[in-house]
Amino acid sequence: MDTKLSNISSNEIGSVVVRFAGDSGDGMQLTGTQFADTSALMGNDIATFPNYPSEIRAPQGSIYGVSGFQVQIASEIISTPGDDLDMLVAMNPAALKTNLRDLAPGKMLVLDTDAFSRKNLKKAGYDTNPLEDGSLESYRVIAAPITSLTKAALLDLGMQAKAMDRSKNMFTLGMIYWIYGRDMKHTIDFFKRKFKNKEIIIEANTRALKAGNVYAENLELIATTYQVRPAKLKKGKYRIIMGNQATAWGFIAAANKAEKELFLGSYPITPASDILHELVKHPEFKVKSFQAEDEIAGVASTIGASFAGDLAITTTSGPGLALKGEAIGLAMIMEMPIVIVDVQRGGPSTGMPTKTEQSDLLQAMYGRNGESPVIVLAASSPSDCFDMAFEAARLALEHMTPVILMTDGYIANGSEPWLIKKLSELPEITPRTVRKDPEGWSPYIRDKDSLAREWAYPGMEGFEHRVGGLEKNMETGNVNMDPNNHEAMVKIRAEKVKRVENYIPELEVEGAQEGELLVVGWGGTYGALHTAVMSMAGQGKSVGLAHFKYINPMPKNTAEVFTRFKKIVVCELNEGQFVKILRGEFPEHKYFKYNKVQGLPFTGSELIARYDLLMNSEVTV
Amino acid sequence: MTDVKKYTHKDMASDQEVRWCPGCDDYVILRAVQKALPEIGRKKEDIVFISGIGCSSRFPYYMNTYGMHTIHGRAAAVATGVKLANPKLSVWVVTGDGDALAIGGNHTIHAIRRNVDMNIILFNNEIYGLTKGQFSPTSLLGQKTKTSPFGNTQPPFNPAELALGANSRFFARISGNKPKELTAIFVQAESFKGTSFIEVLQNCVIFNDGAFDLFNSKETRADNQVFVEHGKKMLFGAELNKGLRLKGLELEVVTIGEDGITEEDILTHDAKNPNPTLHFMLARMSNPIVTGVIRAVEEMSFDERFVNQVEERIKLSKGITFDDLVNAGETYMLD
Repeated sequence: MDTKLSNISSNEIGSVVVRFAGDSGDGMQLTGTQFADTSALMGNDIATFPNYPSEIRAPQGSIYGVSGFQVQIASEIISTPGDDLDMLVAMNPAALKTNLRDLAPGKMLVLDTDAFSRKNLKKAGYDTNPLEDGSLESYRVIAAPITSLTKAALLDLGMQAKAMDRSKNMFTLGMIYWIYGRDMKHTIDFFKRKFKNKEIIIEANTRALKAGNVYAENLELIATTYQVRPAKLKKGKYRIIMGNQATAWGFIAAANKAEKELFLGSYPITPASDILHELVKHPEFKVKSFQAEDEIAGVASTIGASFAGDLAITTTSGPGLALKGEAIGLAMIMEMPIVIVDVQRGGPSTGMPTKTEQSDLLQAMYGRNGESPVIVLAASSPSDCFDMAFEAARLALEHMTPVILMTDGYIANGSEPWLIKKLSELPEITPRTVRKDPEGWSPYIRDKDSLAREWAYPGMEGFEHRVGGLEKNMETGNVNMDPNNHEAMVKIRAEKVKRVENYIPELEVEGAQEGELLVVGWGGTYGALHTAVMSMAGQGKSVGLAHFKYINPMPKNTAEVFTRFKKIVVCELNEGQFVKILRGEFPEHKYFKYNKVQGLPFTGSELIARYDLLMNSEVTV
Repeated sequence: MTDVKKYTHKDMASDQEVRWCPGCDDYVILRAVQKALPEIGRKKEDIVFISGIGCSSRFPYYMNTYGMHTIHGRAAAVATGVKLANPKLSVWVVTGDGDALAIGGNHTIHAIRRNVDMNIILFNNEIYGLTKGQFSPTSLLGQKTKTSPFGNTQPPFNPAELALGANSRFFARISGNKPKELTAIFVQAESFKGTSFIEVLQNCVIFNDGAFDLFNSKETRADNQVFVEHGKKMLFGAELNKGLRLKGLELEVVTIGEDGITEEDILTHDAKNPNPTLHFMLARMSNPIVTGVIRAVEEMSFDERFVNQVEERIKLSKGITFDDLVNAGETYMLD
């Protein structure tokens, strides 16, 4: 153990990855968030990744009650919360047990020795105390009696022992602030806002934070302090945004632009509920949030609101998308503009609700009866959720079709700096609202270019009409079972979705524009794929990245991009769903695939290792 | 609503050919709705009919209003979305016993408990018609159907108990072959603020013909059906000499002039009593059955509460803009 160094030297480094792990009641999410926010205010780029158990309050000290929050702070632009930890904070033995495998030897490990009681060790499955058995010798261990030090600092405040314990996370944070040269002001201001009128709690947390900070400064155990310089982010005004919040705001912006009221019909489900939580807070923007009795009523009420003329959306995760399938088919055949957000999680069935995955793609594409293509989009990062939610609303309203927007637990709960957008900078949205005289109008008259029909809704005189799930005559919209009419309608509805390719941006390639290896990904894996590809390209390797945010239809230049590279590898957090679609759409290419289904995001290092292997081998598919 | 033009029932009919079986009560109900609408004082473009799946659910296609024929069981949920998006609309749900009580039972009870201001017309024929003769959740025990050739072993729902159990504020039951009473009930239902649930005893001539003959046919109706009206005595019978009175915790049928019974002894119907106990007892009677508006207790509707809250927040926010939202709280400049 590196415990004898007494010189304090200050190192400047490019980035730091810290994971805070503790009991789900230890306040690790809050601690991590404070560390990230403070760093962002100091000009760093940040990326966060909360990893929490599905139990709300699992038994204290248990393995399955461990909650984690990972933060990367950097002086350069980053796209992920980092692969390799520089520091692990483990507030109890269970947190140590479940997280130590991700910490490389030589890295820092912060432990609360007070938590290593016989009882807690047993709960975590330790036969011997790792603080004493030498098993942690290869790490730089900072072992401090955090709980008792916190109590000592708060002794004269007259609080209950349990209440004092609650500030131990802030004592820990104070230590880490000192190690990484963070300013405590932001967090102290946060206490004042958060615990307004609860003076004793503000005082306790402030004291704990400062005590931890002073303790670290005085502690010669900590030999090296680090400074992470500001990153070269684009100039402007920023805020930290989480994916689900960005999604909610994207829809508020879209409704504003389209001059529509926003309706949300939703049923709570992890990890999508935060979109509902955000939108219920904003009726002042004429947002009408309706918590329905089930997933089906969520989408059904959305269809009703769309019929009545609102920008109507529903939010869910995988199992909920399955339940909504029939209703999405109804919206599809009626050609109603609705948006369905699927915040993907580990499946199948209930699966792993708090873990990330990309395994709903085929469900989004094909999970309905009959020929029922819809637009499918995927957001690539927490802040991109804003843009893609806006885009989903734009395409639904301008093309009169359901749009499924895929995000995932990783980007939905992750956060990053967001260059604040002005409403005036956003693209216009022109809903297909009827404008003409009702004479000779029918609900299925189409625009000759986009094939989108016109939207008339209750309250509009002279446009009274009926729509429904039965096949309809291609001109009048009346119920019609004629064989040729049906075939023509199936083709028109598909062609309408296909032509959306004329209204979306082309596929861009990052890194090498042509050459050896094209990395293909979609949605929330962008950060990891980008980091890996740019790092290799920076070393002069012939690797490019084509990352898809438009899955159906795909950008028009997709086939052309694929022809520029010798090998293509499709990377997904599933068993190979997008690659199946590509093999069907562009069978002239061979595709390698790289998949991971562990409920975890890709790491840059595992991607780089795989790409190197692919480039250096003669393997073919 | 002075600017509403005078409609006739013909204005309410679409150009689509009505395609139910000859002799079906659905024709009577359709005509009764088309006759009720000109009386409610609403513009045609402000009226919306939403249906699910089943014979009755073809209904919106025959109405010259806005309409949507949705999917099985979901009409009440779709209609809730319509009403919340535009609370000014007159919203009607047309559904059947399979649609509303089997596959869509959840949406039915939740629409009722929320008290969304809309009218749900339940076409109860105690059988599945469109899928050709299987038992429904209101089919009788022992009833022989295509899926119960040896007799139905599933006890039925009483739709009234289900609705009242979900805190129905307006519940009416009515025969499907009495056009004038149907029209009158539909007009009352529309003027009632909140969810009006109307169970129509609708004869299916093909798969369950005669299911309600005892209550609906001219010959036996008078002695087997009590049509209640708020504030009036619960009298029935060809001579109007029979009535209902309370005996302990039961309702009993008595005859005026027998055993010293006078009209004074007969219960007076109070549809507006917030206590639903007597309404439950009326709804549970099986012979005679009770029709008419059994319960009508006004309470603020869900959509009104919902809209009030949104409007209150808009007022308090004093013209906040999207740019205010994204710039509020913690932001920072990088330069």
